[in-house]
Amino acid sequence: MKLGTPKEIFEGEARVAMTPDSARQLQKLGYECLIETGAGTQAGFSDAAYEDAGVTVVKTAAALWKEADIIAKVRQPETTELKRLNKDKTLISFFNPGGNEEGMELAKSKGATVVAMEMVPRISRAQKMDALSSMANIAGYRAVIEAGNNFGRFFTGQITAAGKVPPAKVLVVGAGVAGLAAIGTATSLGAVTYAFDVRPEVAEQVESMGAEFVYLDFEEEQQDGAATGGYASVSSPEFREAQLAKFRELAPEIDIVITTALIPNREAPKLWLADMIAAMKPGSVIVDLAAEKGGNAEGTVADEKVVTDNGVTIIGYTDFPSRMASQSSSLYATNIRHMMADLTPEKDGVVNHNMEDDVIRGATVTHEGEITFPPPPPKVQAIAAKPKEVVPELTPEEKRAQEVAEFKAQTKQQVTLLAVGAAVILGVGLVAPASFMQHFIVFVLAVFVGFQVIWNVSHSLHTPLMAVTNAISSIIILGALMQIGSGSFLVILLAALSVFMAGINIFGGFLVTRRMLAMFQKS
Amino acid sequence: MEFGFTTAAYVVAAVLFILSLGGLSGQESAKRAVWYGIVGMGLAVFATLVGPGSGFWLLSLLLIAAGGAIGYMLASKVEMTQMPELVAGMHALVGLAAVFVGFNAHFELGRVLLMDDSAKKALEGFAALLAKKSQVEINILRVEAALGIWIGAVTFTGSVIAYGKLSGRVTSAATKLPGGHMLNAGAAGLSLICLIWYLSTGAFFPLFILTVAALFIGYHLIMGIGGADMPVVVSMLNSYSGWAAAAIGFSLGNDLLIVVGALVGSSGAILSYIMCKAMNRSFISVILGGFGGTTGPAMEVEGEQIAIDADGVATALDEADSVIIIPGYGMAVAQAQQNVAELTRRLRAKGKEVRFAIHPVAGRLPGHMNVLLAEAKVPYDIVMEMDEINDDFPETDVAIVIGSNDIVNPAAQEDPNSPIAGMPVLECWKAKQVFVSKRGQGTGYSGIENPLFYKENTRMFYGDAKQSLDTLLTLIN
Repeated sequence: MKLGTPKEIFEGEARVAMTPDSARQLQKLGYECLIETGAGTQAGFSDAAYEDAGVTVVKTAAALWKEADIIAKVRQPETTELKRLNKDKTLISFFNPGGNEEGMELAKSKGATVVAMEMVPRISRAQKMDALSSMANIAGYRAVIEAGNNFGRFFTGQITAAGKVPPAKVLVVGAGVAGLAAIGTATSLGAVTYAFDVRPEVAEQVESMGAEFVYLDFEEEQQDGAATGGYASVSSPEFREAQLAKFRELAPEIDIVITTALIPNREAPKLWLADMIAAMKPGSVIVDLAAEKGGNAEGTVADEKVVTDNGVTIIGYTDFPSRMASQSSSLYATNIRHMMADLTPEKDGVVNHNMEDDVIRGATVTHEGEITFPPPPPKVQAIAAKPKEVVPELTPEEKRAQEVAEFKAQTKQQVTLLAVGAAVILGVGLVAPASFMQHFIVFVLAVFVGFQVIWNVSHSLHTPLMAVTNAISSIIILGALMQIGSGSFLVILLAALSVFMAGINIFGGFLVTRRMLAMFQKS
Repeated sequence: MEFGFTTAAYVVAAVLFILSLGGLSGQESAKRAVWYGIVGMGLAVFATLVGPGSGFWLLSLLLIAAGGAIGYMLASKVEMTQMPELVAGMHALVGLAAVFVGFNAHFELGRVLLMDDSAKKALEGFAALLAKKSQVEINILRVEAALGIWIGAVTFTGSVIAYGKLSGRVTSAATKLPGGHMLNAGAAGLSLICLIWYLSTGAFFPLFILTVAALFIGYHLIMGIGGADMPVVVSMLNSYSGWAAAAIGFSLGNDLLIVVGALVGSSGAILSYIMCKAMNRSFISVILGGFGGTTGPAMEVEGEQIAIDADGVATALDEADSVIIIPGYGMAVAQAQQNVAELTRRLRAKGKEVRFAIHPVAGRLPGHMNVLLAEAKVPYDIVMEMDEINDDFPETDVAIVIGSNDIVNPAAQEDPNSPIAGMPVLECWKAKQVFVSKRGQGTGYSGIENPLFYKENTRMFYGDAKQSLDTLLTLIN
């Protein structure tokens, strides 16, 4: 089948859904690749580079839509594009199915299959095709870079001959993929980074990226984020108040605020209010990654940069990934490529649209003339949904008591064993003659030594241990040697046989042990 | 004087044997330790030949040489994958030798008891020792000899069956005659009756019946134990061969036999204990065969097994920094250890951290996997025990399971109703990605479903382990 990528028609969109690299991989899956001329130019991929990768360059969008069986693109398709679909075609793209009723109806009426990249379920298996995450990662990085561009000072603190420079303080609100990427970028530039999220379980991730998690003095049974597929949910008014109070307290000292708080299918919550902006120092920067959904900061204008009266810059761009088109195209193209790999289990270049598969089912919004959105909940929980049983931390006293009890139990056990053992030996001694007792003592001591010695044998040498004990258990040969000279023919025969068999064992056992041990080598 | 020398030599030999076992605590000291064992054995045989071993020393030497030649051939020819069979086979020889020596003790005793006092005085060697015994001592000797014969006989048939199962000559499935363990119990009871009968009459016939009963127990007991429990069985037989030697040592009044028998016996007992612990099963339940009943319905396994090809594995390995390989009996069966080692070398050459995680009961013999990997020249310092490596899985990029099943079954931890619940397992599912090299979709030895194969981060790499790795190797260089 043919897989084609048109040039994005959305104003200012520089990304492209296929790169020469991804095209090579797609061809391995058995697909013939097409691209509209100039589709990759803004992302830094020339037509020639595509041709080198074996991609057919098509002159017009119309021809491409006509020829390709599968169309992969980036932006939500426009009506003109959707009209070009028919029942044999599959479209893979961002689709915004939650807010694009019209588009879905149109795709349904055309009978086409539409796979919406933002609907890929958040399960580990599907991470490689999670385009939201890969784009969010870029947005987070770019947000810090944009902030730096508009921030008049260093990120890192320095003491120079010309004076001391304090480090910039960065607050990241919302520690999703974008938030974490922003934290990572800001800390590696040297800023002191704080982060906040309504899901307390991400504190660990935040700290692992080098930021300090901002805790609220608020006691509430938080809903586990895992229950909502890893996304944040709406918080209670009391919680919101506590949160705003904390922000108000932080606002005067923060230089850069990056807000990424989004709740699926809702307006972005307002978290950075006008009074906080007013409290910020002049020259501070706010980057609002939620601008597309109305923004987290008051005064954010989508796609624009505004400067407030007190000199705070609010950046509301919505096209961060597109501003890094080369990087985002290659990541997005890889997401698409992985999606195709899942759609083509046989690698024969034919799409097998398996609606039983959680990932494919979840991402498909229209299929065979039906709207299949919203999908049923995935069969597999996003993250281990079972709450972990917390083992209560023991106090030192409890620990001590436990140790003492353990020690006591051990002592008791040992003493009992010794007592029983001694009683048995004494009992034997009462009835058995002295000659037997002599040997018996040797026996008991040997068992004791054996236990002490064998416990120290390393696990990896258990096979050699068996071989060597095997060899030395042929010590039975001594018995045979003692008997062989004294007695009848039958005795001599049996003794001779025993000597012979023990001989096999002695040589075989030791030799094979040596062979094995010689093989153990250190790197 | 002669006997003084012999005793001294025995003391030295006993010390050497202890040192040779103690030296196995580390790979390097072990290489020296074998020599202690060899010297100890040489010394013991020599001292016996010049001391109490009366006459026929030329014949003895010839027989030892002949046996030695066969032993040498066997030991130099054997494949490392066949080690379990070899060890089992050698146990059989010790068991049989113990039976013969025990019989001899009985015959000698009978002969000496018939003699009059003057003839007794003329005796030398073992017979002279017997002649001095009082009635109580004679009875004790009979018990000891009978015990030695009994244990020896169980060891003999048990080892022969174990050998057959391990080499595939006998079906490795657990099979029992109708009557099951009642037959064993009956045979054991019969043995006890024969022992009492033998003590009161001193005749050979009850001893013979006892031997036959013991032979039957050895056969039937091991027949009822399945293939994967063989590590326990082999160590148990190892232990028995030691106890048999010790019992014979008692009857012959030879301290060195007692010491070595006790050493070997306790060594085998500890090994069995370790193996049982690693399967979280009691020794009794292993010996009685089969897995214990479940206590409730098993947890439903959700999801599906997703296959992957060599290409996918190669890409993942290429991107990984740390890899842990978990080999199992399947690797030994497919003879894939050389390929595994080659894969390890190539990955290490690329600067990746590759380690092996060995479960105590992986394979058919304690420490089996270590020996196979050592044979393929995998350095032993990257081969880790379960306890050493289990905490490292969460930081590992790729875990590769080759031919193991039950030892990586998460049900042991997650499903309290599972028959293997509580068994310590390698927590490979905590790694970022898991590849399972496996022949087909079947279950493991215990016959229980393995939820690992259905996990989100698990991919099944179907096919014969050796061939799969061959294809994989062509993609990694």
